Amino acid sequence: MATFIKIATVDLTGSQSSIDFTSIPATYTDLCIKYSARTDRANTNSDIYLQFNGVTTATYSFKRIYGNGTATAASDGLTNNATGGFAGTADGASATASTFGNCEVYIPNYAGSTAKSWSVDGVNENNATSALAALYVGSWSGTAAITSISLKDYNAANFVQYSTATLYGISKS
Amino acid sequence: MTKPTRIEVNCTTGEVLEIELTDAEIQQREDDRIAYEAAKAEEATNAALKAEQKAGLLERLGITAEEAELLLS
Repeated sequence: MATFIKIATVDLTGSQSSIDFTSIPATYTDLCIKYSARTDRANTNSDIYLQFNGVTTATYSFKRIYGNGTATAASDGLTNNATGGFAGTADGASATASTFGNCEVYIPNYAGSTAKSWSVDGVNENNATSALAALYVGSWSGTAAITSISLKDYNAANFVQYSTATLYGISKS
Repeated sequence: MTKPTRIEVNCTTGEVLEIELTDAEIQQREDDRIAYEAAKAEEATNAALKAEQKAGLLERLGITAEEAELLLS
């Protein structure tokens, strides 16, 4: 039976441009990040991306399907993006006060020597008519074991106070 | 002016550091933002072009999108 083991948690007490998990041990089968976040972006939602091992070359490809409760559901994505890969959604500064976006990022076989994949499900909490809900899949063509993961905002916004992120290792037994 | 910071947690030692971004990192962050916006704009342009081509093809064929879907089902 798979077991989730907490590796590390970050609770922000102030604004931060990124949340970085480093020196991730290679002793687990999979990784999972659960985060609850809000940014200072002037929008209701904020696109969050991940970077593995600090790599900023054209190695991230991803797709997203999303809806927001008002507009027709849609999809988007990028191929061979250099910045990083979609990793969910945080609430932005225009969302209802004290609400956060909540996402789960799952990264199987992170310590393997082949390309890595990840999947995300996420939703904005907005307590209003419109709030983004989305599913994401991605592929990173890097073959090195993942030893660090950074979470950042695509629009260079900052994570704000009370945002949290927890990294779990998934063990086979 | 205060520089932005990042939070770094070492998953082996548990050490948590708040690190000020260097000038190069701040520039990289801005470059990343611009690159993302450009990529999204290109994607939107391609999607619009594809939709336009699709509409033109349907018009030439004289069928609706629903009828085309039926043909392909």
